[in-house]
Amino acid sequence: MSIFVNASTRLVVQGITGRDGSFHSKQMIAYGTNVVAGVTPGKGGQVFEGKVPVFDTVANAVRETGANTSVIYVPPMLAAGAIAEAADAGVSLIVCITEGVPVIDMTRVMPFVREKGARLIGPNCPGLITPGVAKVGIIPGPICLPGRVGLVSRSGTLTYEVVNQLTRNGIGQSTCVGIGGDPIIGTNFIDVLAAFEADPDTDAIVMMGEIGGTDEQKAAEFVSRHVTKPVVGFIAGQTAPPGRRMGHAGAIVSGSSGTAAEKIAAFKAAGYGIMERPADVVGLIKQRLKK
Amino acid sequence: MNLHEYQARELLKAAGVPMFDGGVAATPAEAEAIAARLGGTVVVKAQVHAGGRGKAGGVKLAATPAEARDHASRILGMTIKGLIVQKVLVVPAAEIASESYVGLIMDRESQRPLFMVSPAGGIDIEEVAAKTPEKIHRLAVDPRYGLLGHQALGLALTLYKNFDQVKTAARIMEQLYRVFVANGASLAEINPLATTPDGKVIALDAKISIDDNELDRRADLAALRDETAEAPSEVEARRANLTFIKLEGNVGCVVNGAGLAMATMDLVKYYGGEPANFLDIGGSSNPEKVVNALKIITADPAVKVILFNIFGGITRTDDVANGIVTATRQFKVEVPIVIRLTGTNEQEAVKILQGVGMKALNDMDEAVKQAVALAKEAK
Repeated sequence: MSIFVNASTRLVVQGITGRDGSFHSKQMIAYGTNVVAGVTPGKGGQVFEGKVPVFDTVANAVRETGANTSVIYVPPMLAAGAIAEAADAGVSLIVCITEGVPVIDMTRVMPFVREKGARLIGPNCPGLITPGVAKVGIIPGPICLPGRVGLVSRSGTLTYEVVNQLTRNGIGQSTCVGIGGDPIIGTNFIDVLAAFEADPDTDAIVMMGEIGGTDEQKAAEFVSRHVTKPVVGFIAGQTAPPGRRMGHAGAIVSGSSGTAAEKIAAFKAAGYGIMERPADVVGLIKQRLKK
Repeated sequence: MNLHEYQARELLKAAGVPMFDGGVAATPAEAEAIAARLGGTVVVKAQVHAGGRGKAGGVKLAATPAEARDHASRILGMTIKGLIVQKVLVVPAAEIASESYVGLIMDRESQRPLFMVSPAGGIDIEEVAAKTPEKIHRLAVDPRYGLLGHQALGLALTLYKNFDQVKTAARIMEQLYRVFVANGASLAEINPLATTPDGKVIALDAKISIDDNELDRRADLAALRDETAEAPSEVEARRANLTFIKLEGNVGCVVNGAGLAMATMDLVKYYGGEPANFLDIGGSSNPEKVVNALKIITADPAVKVILFNIFGGITRTDDVANGIVTATRQFKVEVPIVIRLTGTNEQEAVKILQGVGMKALNDMDEAVKQAVALAKEAK
């Protein structure tokens, strides 16, 4: 078992003929993901890599192939439209990799996604992977190992760093989810923590947060009330100056709010194992799984 | 991206928000001419992206055009929180009966534009929020419908009793909302929204920040960027498509990915060093980006060592290695370089670096420790 993606994932790739979309589609197929369709308006009827049919619309792709999950690699100004299209076509899980989506677009598309009953992950995220089963997005397959630790993170390469630490030490993962670094995202820490708590094949959870906003604090409160599995956490950006956007649009300390210190304090209060540095994940997880 | 006050005023004025006529001056003579045109007492205000302008001496009253000129000559060129004042705004000085706060922010929690209004305006709204939160009224606007008439009226009623003032304030809320949405703002505030002794409602000061992601489709807004208000290295980095923020330390950092870049800075601090910068070369692995990154970092004389931390995913580590080699051929890098790379095409990368006598480490902690030690030796 796992969360969100598994053996019954049937994936449609929006933007499959683009530079990023085609590169990562090949990688996803090579990993064993069931990529059933691609969408590029105007290129309907083409076949990608000799086996994946391309459609003009997501609705056509869903009707013809039964796709239930979508991954989006379209340019930022088209991303919100692509999300809405997927939700309207009845796709239940939408993963938006695109970085640089205007936030005002996200305020308009989020109510639509909810109305349609879909789950959005991202935007500006690396996607997710259930090691050995399926990957949706751009997390490198070779650094992952099937196992029983769930990981949720706001960043990309920092996630890879921690996954790599776990894998090198023989600790496998159930699912790794990158929720994205933007101020408005479809799936937050609490959604993923709740899913890991309910997943019988996840024994412990790693949560990688960063400065900006209050999602980590709220997640910590949720953990103290509703999560029985051990959680270890990290906050990036302890040395970040206030008022500056640290790469991710959402990674900004506004006034005195959203600092690493307040987030770490919330983690401690909720009984998290605190990672002072990424490499601490191994020792903390081993120690907590023994208990 | 933060707009200057005078730029924010122009957007609001175009939307119909009542404001005094004013003018922007880059020289004392221009300030004098604006003051003469306006007549009466004026305020000369420094245009910099920093709070506390008044306390720093950047906001002055002038009774005559000559006095406006004198103030402008002192304020222009003044440094406020490290930023040099290039322009002043000259506006009529108002007699004020009351000061309110009207702000709109992009709220992460409700995922909507959120109004915050308070009859306690004029001062730091964060302080009001912390000490007397009951004095701030909040309303999250559903972007599908926009700010509805009764909602605007409800907000305005928290500010004024006189119904003419209430109606004017409600209209201002609607205008502010339209400016916020039409320009993809992350913040738009009027502070203070004032009343004059004869009962007029008027916006005296305005602040607008634009979502950086909006700028790619809005050349008109991107053109409002004032590069003189930023560190030159950050301007250069943006032109090279790098995300760069200068810090005070001496360990220069080149990292792929924002989260890993922050974690690398934190680890430098953890091992007793101080990072000189935040630098994210992004996901694509163009060797040219690495060359530009090295140029920008080595231009900072405080940097004593350069630390690469590259986790190859989409980024190919051999591209990064090629970039390092190209850069060191193009110009002499005077400080030691510590390289950590792992992931996609790692073996090729190691070979490329070995070919020019450079070493690559595999472990992040090891690399950071080495870099911190080298920075300390160099002191």
